[in-house]
Order: sequence, then C-alpha cells, then structure tokens
Amino acid sequence: MNREFPMGRLGRHLTDTFLILIIVTVFTSLLLLLVGASPTEAFTHLISGSFGSWSKVARVLNVWVPLTLCSVGLVYAFRSGLWNIGVEGQMVLGAIGSAGVLRMGVESGHPLLLLSLALLAGALLGAAWALFAGWLKIRGGVHEIFAGLGLNFVAIGLVLWLIFGPWKRPGIASMSGTEPFPRDLWFPTLEGWRVSPFALALVILLILATAWILNRSRFGLNLKAVGHNPRAVVLFGLSSQRYMLIAILISGALAGLAGGLQVSGVYHRLIPAISSGYGYLGLLVVMLAGFRLAPIPFIALFFAALNVGSIQLPMMMQLDSSLSGVIQGACVLSALLVFGFRHLRRRGAAD
Amino acid sequence: MNELPLTALLASVLATAAPLIIATLGETITEKAGVINLSLDGSLLLSAMIAFMVGFETGSFTLGFAAGAVTGAAIALLVGFFGIYLGQLQVAVGFALTLMCKDLAYFLGNPYSRLQGPQLISWKIPGLSEIPFFGPILFQQPLPVYMGLLLIPAVWWYFYRTSRGLELRAVGENPEACYTRGIDPRRKQILYIVIGGALVGLAGAAFSLGIKPGWGRPQGIEGLGWIALAIVIFGGWHPIRVALGAFLFAFLQVMGIVLQGIWTGIPAQVFQMAPFPLMILALVLINLLQYKGVQRWLEDKPGLALLVDKLRGAPPRALGKTFHPD
Repeated sequence: MNREFPMGRLGRHLTDTFLILIIVTVFTSLLLLLVGASPTEAFTHLISGSFGSWSKVARVLNVWVPLTLCSVGLVYAFRSGLWNIGVEGQMVLGAIGSAGVLRMGVESGHPLLLLSLALLAGALLGAAWALFAGWLKIRGGVHEIFAGLGLNFVAIGLVLWLIFGPWKRPGIASMSGTEPFPRDLWFPTLEGWRVSPFALALVILLILATAWILNRSRFGLNLKAVGHNPRAVVLFGLSSQRYMLIAILISGALAGLAGGLQVSGVYHRLIPAISSGYGYLGLLVVMLAGFRLAPIPFIALFFAALNVGSIQLPMMMQLDSSLSGVIQGACVLSALLVFGFRHLRRRGAAD
Repeated sequence: MNELPLTALLASVLATAAPLIIATLGETITEKAGVINLSLDGSLLLSAMIAFMVGFETGSFTLGFAAGAVTGAAIALLVGFFGIYLGQLQVAVGFALTLMCKDLAYFLGNPYSRLQGPQLISWKIPGLSEIPFFGPILFQQPLPVYMGLLLIPAVWWYFYRTSRGLELRAVGENPEACYTRGIDPRRKQILYIVIGGALVGLAGAAFSLGIKPGWGRPQGIEGLGWIALAIVIFGGWHPIRVALGAFLFAFLQVMGIVLQGIWTGIPAQVFQMAPFPLMILALVLINLLQYKGVQRWLEDKPGLALLVDKLRGAPPRALGKTFHPD
C-alpha cells in the first residue's frame, strides 16, 4: 500500500500535512483578500501574536494544556466508537467541582491538599457528567451526540446559575464570575513562569500513560476491538457497553481535569465561559489527527497558537478574532479532503 | 402583549416556530434520503449572516432569501460530496462545518454587526386577518410563517403521495435495492441534501430578515440548529410530527421569555438552556416506548397505546451509512 512512499507511513503523513497546509493557506489568503485585508499582514500578526515573546508562548501553552487534555480524553471515546461531543460540558462540570472544593477550603491551612482534592473533584465530576451521557446512550437510547450536546447546555446553565445565585460575589453578581480565590489556593507554578511547569508535566505524563494504555495494555486492545471490530467482541466475549462506559468515563475525567486546571491555575475563579470552547476544539484536533494519539500534542499546539495569535487581530487589523476558528475548521476540512482523495485512489486501485 | 396576551402569545409561538419548521423539514428531507447533515447550527448562522448582508446591500428581500438558500445548499453540497463521494464520516464533516461556518459568519459579518437592515413586516391577508382571535394569530404574520405552514403538507404530500417521494424514502431505507432497480442512490442523496440545505438556508434568512432581525455576535440563534436536529429525531422523521415538535419547542421558548419576566433574579441564559434537558427527556421517553415491557403495559390502555403508536418513529435504515456501488 505504501509503495509510492519510500518512508512508509511517516512519509505519507508528512505529505498529507504539507498538502493540508497548502490548501489552508490558499483558502485563508483568498478569504482575507475577499474582506480587503492583507494576508501577509494577518499571518505575521498570527505568528508574532503567538510566538513573538515568552509571555505569548506561555499564553499559548496555557491554552495547550486544557486543549490537549480534552483531545487525549476524546481518543479513548473514539476508540470505543463513541462521539463524546459532551466533552465541553464535562470540562465545565470539572471546573464547577474544583471551584466548589476550593470555595469550601478558603480558610483551611493545607492549600496543597486542598488543590489536589479540587483537581480530583474536577475529574470526578467530569467523569460523572460523561457517564451520564454514556448511560443515556446505552440505557436511554439517546444518541451520544444529542445527549452530550444537551448536557453541554445544561452545564452552562448550571455555571450561570451558580455565578448569579449561590456563589455570587458579595454585593453584585456579574458575568465576571465568582470571587477570586486567595493566592495560596492557586495551582502552583515557579517564580517568573506564566505557565505552570507542573501542569505541563502532568499533561505530558498523561499523554505517555495514554500511549501505553491504548497500544500496549489489554484494556486498550479490547477497547479498539469494541470500537472497530464487532465480530471480535462476540468472539472474545467482551461487553462492548462496559468498555464504552469506561472509555467515556476516562474521557470525561480528563476533560474535568482540564476544567479544574482552568479554575485553579488560569482564572483562579469560576467564570461563565470557563471552557472557552476547548472541548469542541478538541474534537477538531482529534479529527485532524486522524483519531490517532501521536499527532495530538502538535496539532493542539498549532491550534492553541492560532487562538492566542488571533486575539490581536481586532485591534491591529479590525478583523474578527474568529479567523482562528475559520482556519482550524479549514484544516479539518482539507484533511478530510486529502484523506478522501486517498480513499478514492485506493478504491480505484482496488477495482 | 398587555391587551391581548393569549393572541399575542400564540402569534409569537407561530412566528418563532416558522423558521424552525423550515429548517427541520429541510433536515427531514435530507435524513429521509439517508444522509445526515450535522452542520445545521453553523449553516443557519452563516446563511442568516449572508442573507442579512445581501439584504442590507441590495435592499431586496428576494435576493436576501436567495442568498441564504444558496449558502445553505452549498454547505449541504460539501457535506454530501465529502460523505457520499469521498467516503468520509458524514458526522465528522458536518461537525467540522458547523464550527467553521459559525466562525466564518462572525468573521465575514463583523462589518455588518448591529446595523439597521431590512426587516420583513407582517403581511395581512385581506379578509382573513379580520377574523377575531384566529386572524391576528394566523393571517397577520411575516412571509416565512406562511412559507413554513405551507411546507408541512407539501413535504408530506411529496413523501407519501408521489413516486419520487417513494424513491426518496427507498434510497434512505435500502440503497442497494434501489441501485439494482436502476436508481442511482448517490445522485438522489446529493439532490435531497442540497434541497434540504437550501431550506435550512431559507430558515437562516427568515431569522435575520424577519423573526430575529439583524446581525451581531451573538446573533441569538446559536444552538437552534442543534435543537432542529433533535426535533427531527423527536418527530420520528415524519414531516407532520417534526412540525409539531417545532411548535412545541417554540411554545417552550416563548414560555421561557414570559417566565423570565416573572423570575427576574434568574439570568436569561438559564431559561435559554431549558429546552435541552427537555429534549433529552423526550428522546428517552420515545426510546422507552420501544421496550417490550412498556408495550405490554400499554396493551390494556387503548387511548394511550394509540398516542404512543403515533409517537413512535424509526430512523431511515441506511441513515448515515455511505452507499458504495460495487
């Protein structure tokens, strides 16, 4: 199958990446010309806005952390054949869980213990929210896309209710969120670092663990069988429902952890837009990665850079910052186009 | 709203439901032919924006609506081409498009934010609009309302009373059989996803040019596309029940606005999300009806059993599965 690519699979992936980048660059340039903006200027702003200085790189990494966590979690769900579109709400629930624990312990003398508990609560609540979607799918017969999506909106309603109701700031409740937590309840970082090296290390550790679980452990192999080979499931006597539930549970736990880190490490309070859409964006990351784990950290870095780089577009060029979302979507569509033509050629060769 | 609360309430339910009916019937046509167009949330927004932009620049409603329909059809064509001819997952293409079209709408629509544009006014049907009570509800509405109402019997007629409608349903149920009978399922599916998409585009235009006039970030119709997709399932892929679902949702939405005025302490967004848990609940209930135990329990309750029978609906059997002529 790989005769035309001397370097085998890697060569094919590199060719694909190159093709995708060309299509996206041409598309984005045409779009910018259409609205009368200079493509070179826009691309320069995107690059300088994301990698132009250390503080900007730190901001990119701060987006990379939750985005990668959500995407890695999604790989588990996809392996079992589930579309966990509810990852967005699971992240929100994680944020609620962490914020709840941190609020309770404002007076306590063990900040580190409390932070660990907060992250744990975040992961647990995220997992519970995911389990709910999985349960609705398996027992209620509601397709996981609609169950997940419905729960996303419920999660957002819940955050707003908390911020304007029980957890409102003394005095006036507002969209700016809850009262910030005291400094000793912030997720630890190092002096002078704008992104916590501990959070980065945690994410890298979880990526490595996932690589091992998915490719080397019995659980990972069974999971793959459940998602992609219904016959093997019968043959080995696996319970596909159980594997689906475990997969979506892990997916939700990682998303919940991402939400907890946003609360304790980035915003230091609960805000209405706590998920920043990283759950939905994570779905695009995983699709662009062809549902594989290895490319995810790099694609997530690229997407995070686009998100951060586009922030200055409104100020510098009077363009809407949603350009980053257009580029991200264009990446996925071009990828599907390239995969699609490869599919056509294979079919043509098979005939 | 103070003088005639009930009339005004029902009239606004109808107006809220109309674009939703157009969009859900569009998606029903698409899914009945066996293809899922998951891009609805983005398509609605982008076609609303394009329709407003064209309406604003030309001052013509016809051109505005046409632009909306073309936008919706073009997005649907992409879903169809990627899914049917390039063998990609229809759900993946649709999801990527929904996010991308949303951002594209905000990006391209930026200069048109919060501008005073053309807005359809209510169109009183002479004579009929004078009927007390029913007149103001049914016959003093903007054009899209009449469009939506007429579309319901039209789609039903096409599905169940024409030979082309039979072919459409057959393609969604058993494309292999159609292929052997000399019908090309892929060409039919492309045709109907484009028609369905055009209707979604018209619905988008109906929002930005009439029901929720104007453009902005947010426009206010974000999330409705997902609701529309759920309503199609809720309605069991049957045009009349789908339309009833749209009415039900519109009623809930209008009630939300009314309740908001009563419980002022709760932020508006909480009411806006109320339909979603109800949607999940409705989908669970409909699924529960498929269980044998529930059916046995219903056997000695004839009235209820009849109602349940009307509620049940099975998806087209080939829905979302790409057909390959081999």
